[in-house]
Order: sequence, then C-alpha cells, then structure tokens
Amino acid sequence: MLANTIAELARSLRKGEISSVELTRAYLDRIGQLNNELNAFITICEDQALAQAGAADQRLADGDPSPVCGIPLAHKDIFCTRDITTTCGSKMLANFVSPYDATVVERFNAAGAVTLGKTNMDEFAMGSSNETSYFGPVKNPWDPARVPGGSSGGSAAAVAADLCAMATGTDTGGSIRQPAAFCGITGFKPSYGRISRWGMIAFASSLDQAGPLSKSAEDAAIMMNVMAGLDPRDSTSVDLDVPDYTAELDNSLQGLRIGLPRQHFAEGLNADVEQQVRDALAEYEKLGATLVDIDLPNNHLSVSSYYVVAPAEASANLSRYDGVRYGYRCDNPADLEDMYKRTRSEGFGDEVKRRILVGTYALSAGFYEAYYRKAQQIRRLVRQDFLDAFKEVDVIAGPTSPHVAFKLGAKSDPVAMYLEDIYTIAVNLAGLPGVSIPAGMSNGLPVGMHLVAGDFQEARLLNVAHQFQQHTDWHTRRPALQSGEG
Amino acid sequence: MALDKSEVEKIAQLARLHVDEAEAGEVAQRISDILELINKMQAVDTGAIEPLSHPLDAVQRLRDDEVTATNQRDRLQTIAPATEAGLYLVPKVIE
Repeated sequence: MLANTIAELARSLRKGEISSVELTRAYLDRIGQLNNELNAFITICEDQALAQAGAADQRLADGDPSPVCGIPLAHKDIFCTRDITTTCGSKMLANFVSPYDATVVERFNAAGAVTLGKTNMDEFAMGSSNETSYFGPVKNPWDPARVPGGSSGGSAAAVAADLCAMATGTDTGGSIRQPAAFCGITGFKPSYGRISRWGMIAFASSLDQAGPLSKSAEDAAIMMNVMAGLDPRDSTSVDLDVPDYTAELDNSLQGLRIGLPRQHFAEGLNADVEQQVRDALAEYEKLGATLVDIDLPNNHLSVSSYYVVAPAEASANLSRYDGVRYGYRCDNPADLEDMYKRTRSEGFGDEVKRRILVGTYALSAGFYEAYYRKAQQIRRLVRQDFLDAFKEVDVIAGPTSPHVAFKLGAKSDPVAMYLEDIYTIAVNLAGLPGVSIPAGMSNGLPVGMHLVAGDFQEARLLNVAHQFQQHTDWHTRRPALQSGEG
Repeated sequence: MALDKSEVEKIAQLARLHVDEAEAGEVAQRISDILELINKMQAVDTGAIEPLSHPLDAVQRLRDDEVTATNQRDRLQTIAPATEAGLYLVPKVIE
C-alpha cells in the first residue's frame, strides 16, 4: 500500500479500503523504522499529521473530490510551516518556527493533504549531495553508502523509500531533478513563476522554483494541480491560466520530435548511463516519436554563469541572517559588528559561506560588469539556445546526471560538485520546465532521464513522461529495505 | 585569477563573515578555484547582448496602494532573540 501512487491511494481512501488516519499511521511507522538509517526527515510531526488525517477522513466522508485529500506528504524543510520548525538544513534556523505557512504548504493544507514532516536538504539548498546539511547527510535508499543527490535529497529519499506518498522540493540548478534521478523517482521542475515562491526560503530568487517529487508523472500532474497558480504575494508568480495537468496525460506521442543535445551525450557521460538513456529513448521511437540530434552550443558556459548569478543573489538574500529578528544569535557579542560576524560565521556552514563570499566578490565595486552583468549576458545566450532548439523539436531529452549516485564523501572539491549539475543548470537559467524520470538501472542504481520543454509546456512534458511510464516499469522499482509493510 | 588572503579578508568584511586566520589560505584557494570555473565565460565576446535578469524579461507587477497586511508585530517578535517594548535589542552601538 505504501508504495502506491497518489491516484491509487485516492481510490483506496474513497472505497473505504483504508482511512487517512490508518494510512498516516502506516507511513509514520515506516518513518520510525527507517529514518534513523536514512536521515530523510529533519522533523516528524506525528500529532499534527494524525489530526490532519482525522479531518481529511471527515472530508472524504463528506465527498471531498480532491485527489490529494487524506494523502500523506513531506515538505522540503525550505517551505515555511506555521507551528512546525523550518530549518532550511542550517544551524542558523535550527529553532526557527515561521509565523506563517508558505503558499505551497497552504495549498496542500487547503486540499486536505496530510503533512508527515519536513525533509532534510543541503543547507539553504546549496549542494548536490545533501552532505552540506547541518543535520547530517541523507542516505540513498538504494545504497546507504551513497548520496541521495541534492539539494532536495531528503524528499527524494523519502519518496523512494515509501516514507511518504509524495513530497515537495525546490530546484535552483537541478535540486529536484538530480536527487530524483539518484533515487529512482519522478522529479518535476516547473517553469519559473508557475508556483509561488512565497514562504519558500530564498536562495537565488531568479532561479528558485518549487515542484513535486513523486512516484509517477501522473502523480506529479496531480500535485501540480494543487501547487500551480498566481499568488499576489509573489510578484514573480505568473498570471497565466492553470490547465488541468492530468488532462493531456493520455495524448499520443505520434509525431513527437525529441531533440538530443550533442553536448549532453559528450565526454564526461558514463557509458552505461548513456546506454540506459539511449535504450529509454528507443522506447519513445516505438511510441511514434522521432529522435533528432540538436545543439545547445552555449551549454558549457551554463555552470560558469550560474555560479555568478546564484551566489550573487544568495549573498543578497542571506544578508537577512544577522541575529536581530529571528534565527541564531551568537553568545555574548562584544558589539554590533561582532554580533553580525560571529552570528553569521557560527550559523552558516562552509559551503554557504563560500557562496556568500563568491557572490559578494562578484557584486563588489569594480567587478560587477565583469561578473554579474557578463553572467546575465551568457544567461541570455543559454536561453536563446533552447528557443532556437524548440523551433525544430517539441521536447529535449538526455541524461539527468552524468552518472549514478556517488559515494558519500566522494566529492570534497566544490568545483567537482558544481559540475554535477552540468545537464540541469541551463534549464534554470532559461526558466524552462524540466523533469527527471527513472529510465533504467546501472549496477543496481537508478538512472534518470531528463526531459525539457518550452515555456509553460508543463502539461506536454508530463504527457511525454507519463507515456513512457505507461510502457515501462522503471518508475515502479523500489530499493530493498527492511520494513514491516509493503 | 587567484585571490590572496588579504582579498578574502576584504570580501569577508563586506559580507560580515569572520574567516579564521588558520583557514584563510584554504578559503582563498577554494574561492580561486570557483573563480577559475566562472572565468571560462570571459572567453566569450558578449558585446551588445542584453543581460537577462528574468527568464521571461518580466517587469514588476504593480497593485493598488491599499493596506493588505495587518500589524502582527507582537507575533513576529516572539521569534526574535531579544526584544523590549516592541523594539529589537542589539548590543550597544554608541558608547
């Protein structure tokens, strides 16, 4: 039961095969059995979850039509939750309780979903392995010696290990898609502006976007129906109609043109991962799609551009953590300056401090033109590559990551870690929707396939992902974990 | 380009971060490595290309000038490290 999709669980709840309270208890039990090992959750909120589940059972009895009513989910600990601690994976916010709910949280609450807890993440979402969390790394459910990816590693591991039915995440440079690939689940990053960022702790404001981590593309579509839409409290959320994302899932892929960027099948890509992705792409040919080689000529510049834009915006966003209004404050400050510096130096971890320093440098007097402006010019080139490609093809496909999940501690060099996101980062710079879906296995570890579509083509992208899952079973594979219930 | 310890100290001061003397060398090296990655973009002539600050080149939405938020000072201050009479307390600034 716990491995079931949202769609399956919603049917079981309505048939009375199980209640939301029973389902919630079952997930909480499994979290109790496995979380010590996996470290996927930072906070587990049993009492609130059971109360929400009880209310959901009443709503279900009253005929509530929402497919997520009574479904247990986990929120990445970057989304503010009233009455539940929101740490953002940092000592700085280890005891922070937000006075309000993020819009994403509010929307799931309003729809009757049940919050099981808050998931572990790289500190302030800065990382690709979950190892920068103040609360310790998450373990990959497929192999506890390996990382789950990051920064939404706790959410990805929780979905893969069936500790929840669905989870939220955020993606600034690949933070939903890469952990989804490493954990063998579906991770969906919508277009910039599609989901409100209000109450989502800011990392790089022009890149950050919330999205679902789920057991299938259909579940991602169901979650998108809850999450997407204009929010007056986020001035960057777009004023566009929200379609029913489940409506086009069954459309035929006959005639679909899929672009394969030569730059994503080049040096650095693990040979077996490439083979798995090519085999997956052959499935699309069987479904009537045509594969076309394309170029994204500026892709190799995307990581460079990103590591100016993201740290620059982060250095501004994280200036608010000064020990004055909320969060950590150092003991016995000598004076105001000492309080700022010690609060920030003691409250932030090494990677966060590094990025603040890089961002501060890039924005400092005399360097703005050479760094921030230059990076934004490159950003336009990167986006233009995609716009040009979409004149020829409907979607772009390739590997999500150059390899499968790596071992904990294997990448201690920051630059090596940054290059992890070589296939995903350009999508954030361009503001486009992208998804990672399970596409094969390599040495017992999941391989993710990355699909990208044009601005606000989320429904099309989910259709393309769903059709693959209708004809393959990679997304139903689960790691072998000790558990009482399956 | 490589940063030296004194440049790291200068940036750290701007960012209100303290870098331990013992760690300054390693921090300088790490930052220099990152700048080397970043500087690959300097090889591209971006001449007249308009910088992209928002993927859709959107501009700020305006709304009517109406009060939309209520005064929640007391509630918001419950999570502050130190307050008094509705004010945030910080160490003494003027001797």
